[in-house]
Amino acid sequence: MIKYKMKLSKEQEAILNGSKGEVMAKVMETMIRYGELFGADRMVPITSEYNHLVTSFGLKALGPVYDLMEKLIDAGCVSSQKFTADPRPLDRNVPSSFIQNIVFNHFMYSKQDFYEDQLGKLGLLERDAFTCTCYMDEVGNAPKPGDILSWSESSAVVYANSVLGARCNRNSGIIDLMGSVVGYVPYFGLLTDEGRRADWIIEIKTTEKPEAQLLGSAVGMKVMEDVPYIVGLDKWLGELDEDARTYLKDFGAATASNGAVGLYHVEGITPEAVQQKKALLKENPNVYVIDDAELKRVYDSYPVIWKNKEAKPKLCFMGCPHMSLNQLVNWTEKVERGLKEAGNEKVVIPTVFTAAPAVLKKFEETPYAARLKKTGVILSYICPLMYMNNPLSTSMPVITSSNKLRTYTSARYYTDEEILEQITR
Amino acid sequence: MMKSFQGRVVTPGNMTAQALVSHEGLNTLASFQKALQFGDKKATCGDQNNTDLYGKQMAGRALCLPRTIGSTTGGLVLYCACSMKRQPACMLFSEPIDSLAGAGAILADVWLNDVTMPVVDSLGEAFLEYVKDDMTITVKEDGVVEVG
Repeated sequence: MIKYKMKLSKEQEAILNGSKGEVMAKVMETMIRYGELFGADRMVPITSEYNHLVTSFGLKALGPVYDLMEKLIDAGCVSSQKFTADPRPLDRNVPSSFIQNIVFNHFMYSKQDFYEDQLGKLGLLERDAFTCTCYMDEVGNAPKPGDILSWSESSAVVYANSVLGARCNRNSGIIDLMGSVVGYVPYFGLLTDEGRRADWIIEIKTTEKPEAQLLGSAVGMKVMEDVPYIVGLDKWLGELDEDARTYLKDFGAATASNGAVGLYHVEGITPEAVQQKKALLKENPNVYVIDDAELKRVYDSYPVIWKNKEAKPKLCFMGCPHMSLNQLVNWTEKVERGLKEAGNEKVVIPTVFTAAPAVLKKFEETPYAARLKKTGVILSYICPLMYMNNPLSTSMPVITSSNKLRTYTSARYYTDEEILEQITR
Repeated sequence: MMKSFQGRVVTPGNMTAQALVSHEGLNTLASFQKALQFGDKKATCGDQNNTDLYGKQMAGRALCLPRTIGSTTGGLVLYCACSMKRQPACMLFSEPIDSLAGAGAILADVWLNDVTMPVVDSLGEAFLEYVKDDMTITVKEDGVVEVG
C-alpha cells in the first residue's frame, strides 16, 4: 500500500481503505495523490451548497470520460452536492450550415443526450442547469464568502475566488466531480491564506475605463498563474454593483484564459482587498503598469489566424463567458442606437448573444427582449467555444469581444465599440 | 554526450523514447482534440499556436515541456489520450507540474490499469535548454532523466 504524507482523518482513511467500496477508495486515492503533488497536508470538507462541472459536452472523442462516469454511477458514487455544468454545445437557434449540423449532431456531439442522462444520475441541479456563469442570481449557484469549492471552469473559479470570496483551486475536469463525490478537496494553493496573497501589483494608469477583456488579457499574459493586486481600477468601477460584477466577470475570464489566473484582488472593490487592503501583498511584489500604450501593445499583438484576413465576418459571438442580465439590457440599447445611427433596421452580421437559460428566461420577461429581437440579434444558451472548436467552424470568419473565445479558437477579437460598429453598419 | 537531470516523480515508470520538445506551454485540449476526435493514432498536434509542436506526432514521444496551459478540461483530455493509447511515452516538465497536467497524470495512473506514462516534473530550465527533438531520452523510476 502507498504511504501518503498527508494527514488523513479516521473517516478519510477508512474510505481510502475501502469502507465505502473499491470505487470510492479510488476516488479518494485520486484526490489525495492530486493534493500531494501540490503540497497539501490534509483534506478539507467542501462547504458550498452546489458544485459546478466544466464538462457539459457529449463530445464523442471523450468516450473514456463517459466510461469513468459509468463506473461511478454503477458503484453509487454520485455527487454529494447537486451541481450546475458548463453550457450545452448545441442550439438550433445558432446559425449553422447543413454540413455543420450533420457534423455537430451526428458526429462531434453524438453523445450529448447520453452524457446529459449521466449528469442527471450524478446530480445535475436541474435540466437546464447549463451555463458557465452559474453564480448569476438568476441561476442560483453563488457560493458564500469562505466556502470551499470543487469547481474547475476557469472563468467561474476566478469569479468565485475574487468577487465572491469563496475558496477554490483551478482544478481540472473530473477532479471537480470527484471532489464532490468524496466530499473533500486537498488543502493547498488558493484554499490557503498564504496562497491568496498577491505576487504582483498592477497599476492602472489609463486615461479612460479600460476594456475589461483587454485588461484581463494583459494581466493574464503577464502574471500567468500568480495572484495580482490591482490598484487604480476602483476609480473606474466605483463600487461592487451589477455593472462592476459584470465587468469583473469578463475581466476575470480573460485573466484565466490568456493566463492561468485563479484569483485577483481589486483595491477597494473585491471583498478580501476591501478587508485586508495591501496586507494581501507578499514581500517585494512585482509591478506591472498598464497605460493606454500598453493596452494598445497587447491588442496589436493578437495574431489573426483567418486564412483571408480581410474576409467579411460570417458570425459574431458575444457572451463567453455568458452575458449577465444587465449586459443584455445594455447591449439592446447599444445595438438599437448603433442601427439608428447607421440607418439600418437589423444587424448586418449574424449576431448571437449567449447567456444562461435562467438569465434568458428573466430577460424574456422584460420589454428589452422584443426590442432586441427586432434588431435581428439571436439569443442562445450555447457555449461559443464548443461551437467553434472544430475544423468547419475554424475556417469561418467569426468575430467576438471575448478574449477567452479568441484565445481558444480562430475567432477574431474586437473591442465592444468595434463590434458594435461592425454589426450595425 | 549524455546528460542527466534529476526531477520529481509524478507518476513512476521506466521508459526510453525520442524527444519532442515544446518551449511553450502545451495547450492540452487544442493539441489533442483533433487526434481524439478523428481517430489519429499518432496524436498529431493540432494546436496552430504552438509552433514547436504543430503537425508533429505526440503519441509515443518523450514530450518535454515547461507546463500545460489552456482549458481546465486539460486533465480529462490527457486521461482520454492515455485511455485511447494515444498518449506521449512520457511527459517531462521543466517547471513544477500545473494542476491540469497533474490531474491528468494521476487520473490515468489510478484509473487505467494497462497504461504507463511516466511523468517527471521540476527538471529545471537547463533541461529544456539542452534537450532537442529526436534526442534519445531514458526516464528512470527515481525521476532521473538521461538525455543523449
